[in-house]
Amino acid sequence: MIELKYPFSRDEVRKLKVGDMVLITGKLFTGRDAVHKYLHEGHPSPVNLKDQIIYHCGPVVMKDKHGKYTVTAAGPTTSIREEPYQWQVMRDHGIVGVIGKGGMGPKTLEACKQYGAVYFHAIGGAAQVLAERITSVDGVYLEEFGSPEAIWELSVDKFPVVVTMDSHGGSLHKEVEEASKENLKHLV
Amino acid sequence: MAKKTKKKVVKKKSTVKTKKGSPDQQAIETLVELIRVTSTVIPADVDRAIEKAKGVEKPNTTAAYAMNIISDNIGLAKTKSQPLCQDTGTVVFYIYHPPGFHQTPFIKQIHKAVTAATKKGYLRENSVNSLTGENAGTNLGAGHPSIHFVEHSAKTLEVKLMLKGGGCENVSTQYSLPDTGLSAGRDLDGVRKVVLDAVVKAQGKGCGPGVLGVCIGGDRADSHAHAKKQLFRKMGERSKIKELAALEVEIVETCNKLGIGPMGFGGTTTILECLMDHRNRVPASFIVSVSYMCWAFRRQGAVIDTKTMKLKKWLY
Ligand code: SF4
Repeated sequence: MIELKYPFSRDEVRKLKVGDMVLITGKLFTGRDAVHKYLHEGHPSPVNLKDQIIYHCGPVVMKDKHGKYTVTAAGPTTSIREEPYQWQVMRDHGIVGVIGKGGMGPKTLEACKQYGAVYFHAIGGAAQVLAERITSVDGVYLEEFGSPEAIWELSVDKFPVVVTMDSHGGSLHKEVEEASKENLKHLV
Repeated sequence: MAKKTKKKVVKKKSTVKTKKGSPDQQAIETLVELIRVTSTVIPADVDRAIEKAKGVEKPNTTAAYAMNIISDNIGLAKTKSQPLCQDTGTVVFYIYHPPGFHQTPFIKQIHKAVTAATKKGYLRENSVNSLTGENAGTNLGAGHPSIHFVEHSAKTLEVKLMLKGGGCENVSTQYSLPDTGLSAGRDLDGVRKVVLDAVVKAQGKGCGPGVLGVCIGGDRADSHAHAKKQLFRKMGERSKIKELAALEVEIVETCNKLGIGPMGFGGTTTILECLMDHRNRVPASFIVSVSYMCWAFRRQGAVIDTKTMKLKKWLY
């Protein structure tokens, strides 16, 4: 188990390899379809994303009487939808990683290599475990996109993920897909 | 103005018609409890299969890591009485009722229960108008929830509920045999080939390890509905048809040699169970449908007393 702590350093991220089990402590910014499209269109980010991690997640956020936010469910959403945009967000905004589920394609893999970023896979559907690791909601940006699509700034403590795409061209998704197709040939 | 009047009517209706303790009110309460349990507690048979799968993965692998988190999540959702997964899915009811049962009032009770369960957070605001993208926030809308009635000869009322997530629905699929690309002919070997193809294509999506409901034959609509219905069978409940029972076992074994594993991380358990059945077909077509269910396998059933509308027992 590897612990990755805030502030994230690109050197540390470069050391991560496919298959590493990582606990992230520090800060995450959620961002999904609307945010990626917005940044892709060239709008400036309302928050500095340099050396930050973007989490593909549409959290369920509750606001209490005093205006305090809590996250009650926060599983990852399917990442491949951001494939057309992710490389550009890596290039222009200097993020060190993204968290999601299902993995991403060749464009993102290439960008991970070029700009020194990784893809972390969270456990799909584990809404309760993941929500428990979010210790506070520290800010919200682009709220006009609606709650699930906004950028939520979250503090996390030991947020569990697996590196499935690294900055050396390694992709667990590619590996498993190729191996399983090969296995299938022998099994049919 | 029109809105205001409408609201008033509803309010009046609910105070008059659903008196506390009346069968009508009781039915709604029982249905809300069915939704709560379905959304927050994994059925015992599925839980056993997941725990078993957890034990199979090699320690300190990403597959074991995934299974541990899944297992922790199941425990936590139950204790906190909160949804297992934030995608609380398409809400699918199957209602088995005695002759003479009135369906219309029951549909109304279901609608009220779904609205209440959404307010309580057992269901996410998860139903969207496909044309406008509008979310009414109640989980009610065209075709939702999906409600099916079946008359049976027993005196009891059995309400089965499934919450079918979007990720696993997206990888559910259908084939028309023969499929030359897969060398799948119109026989059980052809069926086996397309089911394996569906599992390989679903990897990394649909939050595995998954469960397969399969229907051989039928028209496209019935075939898929029947495939999904197989997911109401208990884990390990083998088909009564010998050949299908053997194929079910063989498909699970084969899938678990593919090396896809939990979440598609690589590993042993790709599929927890395969449940198959068949429907007649027309000579010209041979449809095979695969309904894929994620590990967050949310289905439950309640036997309900038709007089008091109180819960008698759980089915799973
Ligand atoms: S596929 Fe299932 S576990 Fe995964 S996000 Fe969808 S509902 Fe949740």
